[in-house]
Amino acid sequence: MDNGGGSSEAAAQPLEWKFSQVFGERTAGEEVQEVDIISAIEFDKSGDHLATGDRGGRVVLFERTDTRDNGGQRRDLEMMDYSMSRHPEFRYKTEFQSHEPEFDYLKSLEIEEKINKIRWCQSANSALYLLSTNDKTIKLWKVQEKKVKKVFDWNVHPEKAAGNGPIFGSHVSAIPKSYMANGGCGERNFGCASNDSSFPPGGVSSLRLPVVTSQETNLVAGCRRIYAHAHDYHINSISNNSDGETFISADDLRINLWNLEISNQSFNIVDVKPANMEDLTEVITSAEFHPTHCNMLAYSSSKGSIRLIDMRQSALCDTHSKLFEEQEAPGTRSFFTEIIASISDIKFARNGRHILSRDYMTLKLWDINMDSGPVATFQVHEHLRPKLCDLYENDSIFDKFECCLSGDGGRVATGSYSNLFRVFGCSEGSAESTTLEASKNPMRRQVQTPSRPSRPLGSLSGVVRRGADNSALDANGNAFDFSMKLLHLAWHPSENSIACAASNSLYMYYA
Amino acid sequence: MAMVDEPLYPIAVLIDELKNDDIQLRLNSIRRLSTIARALGEERTRKELIPFLSENNDDDDEVLLAMAEELGVFIPYVGGVEHAHVLLPPLETLCTVEETCVRDKAVESLCRIGSQMRESDLVDWYIPLVKRLAAGEWFTARVSACGLFHIAYPSAPDILKTELRSIYTQLCQDDMPMVRRSAASNLGKFAATVEPAHLKTDIMSIFEDLTQDDQDSVRLLAVEGCAALGKLLEPQDCVAHILPVIVNFSQDKSWRVRYMVANQLYELCEAVGPEPTRMDLVPAYVRLLRDNEAEVRIAAAGKVTKFCRILNPELAIQHILPCVKELSSDSSQHVRSALASVIMGMAPVLGKDATIEQLLPIFLSLLKDEFPDVRLNIISKLDQVNQVIGIDLLSQSLLPAIVELAEDRHWRVRLAIIEYIPLLASQLGVGFFDDKLGALCMQWLQDKVYSIRDAAANNLKRLAEEFGPEWAMQHIIPQVLEMINNPHYLYRMTILRAISLLAPVMGSEITCSRLLPVVINASKDRVPNIKFNVAKVLQSLIPIVDQSMVEKTIRPCLVELTEDPDVDVRFFATQAIQSIDHVMMSS
Repeated sequence: MDNGGGSSEAAAQPLEWKFSQVFGERTAGEEVQEVDIISAIEFDKSGDHLATGDRGGRVVLFERTDTRDNGGQRRDLEMMDYSMSRHPEFRYKTEFQSHEPEFDYLKSLEIEEKINKIRWCQSANSALYLLSTNDKTIKLWKVQEKKVKKVFDWNVHPEKAAGNGPIFGSHVSAIPKSYMANGGCGERNFGCASNDSSFPPGGVSSLRLPVVTSQETNLVAGCRRIYAHAHDYHINSISNNSDGETFISADDLRINLWNLEISNQSFNIVDVKPANMEDLTEVITSAEFHPTHCNMLAYSSSKGSIRLIDMRQSALCDTHSKLFEEQEAPGTRSFFTEIIASISDIKFARNGRHILSRDYMTLKLWDINMDSGPVATFQVHEHLRPKLCDLYENDSIFDKFECCLSGDGGRVATGSYSNLFRVFGCSEGSAESTTLEASKNPMRRQVQTPSRPSRPLGSLSGVVRRGADNSALDANGNAFDFSMKLLHLAWHPSENSIACAASNSLYMYYA
Repeated sequence: MAMVDEPLYPIAVLIDELKNDDIQLRLNSIRRLSTIARALGEERTRKELIPFLSENNDDDDEVLLAMAEELGVFIPYVGGVEHAHVLLPPLETLCTVEETCVRDKAVESLCRIGSQMRESDLVDWYIPLVKRLAAGEWFTARVSACGLFHIAYPSAPDILKTELRSIYTQLCQDDMPMVRRSAASNLGKFAATVEPAHLKTDIMSIFEDLTQDDQDSVRLLAVEGCAALGKLLEPQDCVAHILPVIVNFSQDKSWRVRYMVANQLYELCEAVGPEPTRMDLVPAYVRLLRDNEAEVRIAAAGKVTKFCRILNPELAIQHILPCVKELSSDSSQHVRSALASVIMGMAPVLGKDATIEQLLPIFLSLLKDEFPDVRLNIISKLDQVNQVIGIDLLSQSLLPAIVELAEDRHWRVRLAIIEYIPLLASQLGVGFFDDKLGALCMQWLQDKVYSIRDAAANNLKRLAEEFGPEWAMQHIIPQVLEMINNPHYLYRMTILRAISLLAPVMGSEITCSRLLPVVINASKDRVPNIKFNVAKVLQSLIPIVDQSMVEKTIRPCLVELTEDPDVDVRFFATQAIQSIDHVMMSS
């Protein structure tokens, strides 16, 4: 079974991950501000841009520099011994305040400004477009380079035009002064008389159009649309459709379909709210559109199931067309079974054939043509099983780890505690399983890859493949730090490069 | 040339404000671009203003939208059609912005300009523009290009025509669904300009590709193309090429595509002619009426009358009517509601016998529907049935339905039925109305919801207009006036409102003898809200009653109110007196 181009020889070879860059690195002993903690990471389709969102409602954009050969950051280059690196390198581009804290007066609820998800939209011109959402409100942002304009050659005394510019006020209001000082000699302005009533001195021919010059440009983020008031519960996902005109937003109980151009109406396509809220047993945890089939979308639930929906079948998609869930082994049920089964994130592979899901203990890869069970299961937190009680006590068991796939679908990655993240090979014959630390020395805690034979994909469903035993870490005395959790990470769409968030720092690695 | 009498200073300001920081001022300047152009003269408009606009196109969407619109009618200001091409560059850039409404407006303006341009100019300027846009780097340019082909194509020489057709074919296969959607929705317009020979080959193969697109949003736009293309083709070609597509679409996997078919099928019937309609489209339509998806049934049900109108009655009775019967008890209230809003129109199509025998039971069951919207939709179209079967047959079932709606617990439903009362009254006639509905109209005046009471008062006025003052004198006025003694001041206020509405209809005499005394009496009310409403009502009565009456009765009453302890009462009383004085002065 081919895994989407990732099954070549090269993919079977474990990758050697190297540190590339860090943004917002913490100095020793520096206290992290709550608002600075990164809460969303997303590469755009080309991989030339990266966006992060934080708990303070800000969105920060980075752009790739190595493709345009901007010399790179010298310090980074120096830090690495060779300068011929062609791995993706990014630089800070701009940032903007996407969401502000709000108060819902009807429900007496505070609405946090924290960015839950960011999704890039199709660029329509050189500007960048992205959707960002907090718990309730989705916004469409456009980030573009705007020319900083200087206007000369006014017909009339420009004093009243001065000082009321909202954005470039400082630039424009500076012009009249210099112009006054020039006294019209530089610009040959006929209408320069300081007394309005004396106009016009030269009749029609003296009328002239303003001359606009602009040298510098400025990045400006503007909110284009606000999609609000459609969710009673907290939005956990947004996802663009391949048709380029619609997107979905999902909260705990409902999924709504929007047209990007229409912000005042949305259609409810999934509603799992029971008539009586006491009957509630399952909530939606994540939802994503198929990368190419406009009619398919998948959503995951707190009970560990993934439902595939065909929007062609009916307008209300309360009945799924496919259900993916793993039967629990008899006799293993415990108090925690349901909690740890909850899926925190799902992602479609680029080819659309596979879905990756993350629950508390594992990563699972599903083939959408096989609903009997996952084609591969990767143990991420098996070593925490004895500690579930403690994790429940301190609420860590409810942490929502994200997951991601490489562009070729040959590898998967997800985060863990102590700022660790794990990369697994999922192509046929691959036994790759790497643990990395989000620091400048990612391989510091590298555990030797277990050399257990692994089975080819799809030969037997639900086989626990490898990486099951991480006790080495504990044996080493590296106690897991549950406050340092690496929840958010993203894989570059075309290169082996991972961006991950360790609290307020953004680390980038390549292989 | 510049107009000499145009004062220059305002124009100078207008020009400066093209670059003002305040968007409202910029917008204002752009809206008056023609004024600026006239002042500058044709040559300077061509050489300075238009290039200026081309260079400064990174403005707010609102300003760009206004610019796109103004440029569409700018030909006279640049020196007539021979110079029209200078307008193309600024519009070309506007065709590439990301805001859809700006692009659409720019395309609209380009079409308007292109349709006036000389043929040689089209070849020199316009067609290259279309080609540039079609090869644009960003999808926005390519989306816009699709809307210009029908202007460019007719004047192109043969060799260019071939090229344009092949460019359009490429646009239909663009990677971006947005471009394919634009190509699909503009295909009809473009096809109308293409020669019949190429229509059957090039255009039809483009069309077939679009009908098999993976994106539902593209296919459903291709549905619209069916009707447009169908009209261009010879009937036999239409049957050979379009009909199978329609039949396929009516069984498309995507309900949204079937929904489009349901909405447009009746138009396609005209294109294919009666025989294929009977053979293929009637069965397709029947399938849609029985579709699994309620949204599709809603669309199909909503077109049932239009569809039946183009069939002969036997076909309608034989094939469509059984479906209508099923739909009248559909599980979705929205389907029933859509059916109820059009089913009345079937009566004239089916004729009296079939209507009484088959349609009437359906009316009646819909009239008893548990969902108020369904009943309302039936009642709102009552005049259409009345023409066919007469009200007598219906009235027995009608009354309970009306009474139930009149007492519905949702006030919006009550409001809706009140709106229809005058229509019902005119259809049912005075006799029926007196017996059954009169009491209801009075009851609404004491509804708990203000909007209902207000609508009830308005309703009385419309009834008085319908049946005349004499009837109103007997059946409305006494009951209304009695209610002025209601212990609740809000209901007394409703009566005052009703009086002010009825007075103009009833005329001076009845107003003076019956209405005015009641109002004057109400000025002694203990509630200030009533008193200042009395002042307002009195003010409204001034033009109706004669002047002596104003002086004798109204003014003293108002004067008394000006000394009221309540400030609002004094205010409105003073206003009313001023209005009396005003009338006196002008007369």
